[in-house]
Amino acid sequence: MYRVELSKAFFRLRTWLFALGLAGVALLPVVILWLSPGAGGGPPFFDLIRTNGLFAALTAIGLILPFFLPLGTGLLSGESIAGEASAGTLRYLLVRPVGRVRLVLAKYAAVMTQLAAAVVWVMLIGLLSGGLAFGYGPLPTLSGSTVETGTALLRIVGSAAYVIAAMAGLAAIGVFISTLTASAPGATVATVFFAIVSQILDSLSGVRAIHPYLLSHGWLAFSDLFRSPVEWSNILDGLALDAVYALLFLGAALVVFGRKDVVS
Amino acid sequence: MLYGFLGPNGAGKTTTIRMALHLIFPTEGHVEILGEPVFGQGRVPERALRRVGAMIEEPGFWSFLSGRRNLQYFARTSGPRADRSARLGRVDEVLRLVGLEAAAGKKVKAYSQGMRQRLGIALALLGTPELLVLDEPTNGLDPQGMREVRLLLRRLADDGTTVFVSSHLLSEVEAMCDRVGVLARGRLVAEGPPSKLRGRADRLRVSVDDVESARSVIETLPGVGLEVAEGPRGATAVLLLRMNEGASAAEVNAALVSAGVSVSALVPEHETLEDVFLSLVEGSDVPR
Repeated sequence: MYRVELSKAFFRLRTWLFALGLAGVALLPVVILWLSPGAGGGPPFFDLIRTNGLFAALTAIGLILPFFLPLGTGLLSGESIAGEASAGTLRYLLVRPVGRVRLVLAKYAAVMTQLAAAVVWVMLIGLLSGGLAFGYGPLPTLSGSTVETGTALLRIVGSAAYVIAAMAGLAAIGVFISTLTASAPGATVATVFFAIVSQILDSLSGVRAIHPYLLSHGWLAFSDLFRSPVEWSNILDGLALDAVYALLFLGAALVVFGRKDVVS
Repeated sequence: MLYGFLGPNGAGKTTTIRMALHLIFPTEGHVEILGEPVFGQGRVPERALRRVGAMIEEPGFWSFLSGRRNLQYFARTSGPRADRSARLGRVDEVLRLVGLEAAAGKKVKAYSQGMRQRLGIALALLGTPELLVLDEPTNGLDPQGMREVRLLLRRLADDGTTVFVSSHLLSEVEAMCDRVGVLARGRLVAEGPPSKLRGRADRLRVSVDDVESARSVIETLPGVGLEVAEGPRGATAVLLLRMNEGASAAEVNAALVSAGVSVSALVPEHETLEDVFLSLVEGSDVPR
């Protein structure tokens, strides 16, 4: 089922349009800096790309994290079950028979795989374009020291991995919502809504007490990989929180879908 | 064996099929398919479902993929390796069986309703099922397509597949099924071969010149009852006779003629399955 899911995505025009769009987003910072060397402000690490092309990958990842990635997660996870229900394929998968537990887990795994591919794709485009435009070099850290190019590359890969893992919770929420409805757009919007509300709450100091439990709270912690030495605590907290969200909502999805009457 | 599952819209045909195929969960009771429990004690629905091919209501496909690729992906989704490769190996064969080999490379979104219907049947046949469950399989087909599907189902049934077809079309069920079950308001109200369900009591419509003489002749005949006498209209009157078992139109004719009654028409009328069906569904007291 998992491999069929990936093949389906591969043969879908949409997948490649998204890849194209993401490549455009990843190229944006480099192109802007290249065209107007005086540009400033912008997303995390943006200014630093001029000094070192490696930062382009980080900027690109930071750029997709708050909007594009939750949007993609919402789209893929929201339609995971609901999309099959509205296409009428869900009942044919179930009588094939694909077990209900297997179906949910395979869908989730396929969503995460596609998100991972998207993040890696963006990272590669960033690395490539940044390197071509501004060259590589030892990376200055947020703590003021520098790390070797090889180590820097490793940390960039690490931050990509962290960002992928950061979507695990949201994807589980999306799959859960997707088991509740036969409307894929509905499930997608609800999932993205969840991500946005979480980010808004996280920015309001009045509700600071709940900040550590918000899904999006640890999303930006990947920048702690660029301290020297690496500041692990926020990263580990973020991973733990995501694991809790993922397990909770995947469990809920399995329970709900396992007992659901499939009439669509 | 070709079994027709007949009932008006809303009788519960699709609900019954969904329960049997483990898609919806009955609050109580027991479902068994091919001797394997699907609900109830010791159920292993996967084992039963692997031996079943089904089309439930409309066919459903990934419209952005070609017909062939849809079948291939369904084949690959689950099951032991041998089962998957057997299904993969049958893709072209089932496409040919339903006459879709020419359109197999087209995306399903470009298919007509009839083509989607055929692809649905092809999908149901992919696993060489012992039991084929088809919910309204001729929906959306033109007369030619309907005929082809009926012939295909007949052939499968003759080759040993149990084919279970639901329909609200009496003519369809009557024309192709070996056995019919009639469902009304969620209950099986009759079951048997279509010939048994149909005319136990056939009628004979007789046109005569002399109603009174005819009436007295008929009263003497065993197994024949007078239901209605119409007329006389002009020179002829029409009698509607109920023909019980053993009574023949020839005897009626002979008796009338030898009594000097002139018979200008003799029309046997079978009670159609439709009459039976309607009376069953309306809850009247038709036997069985």
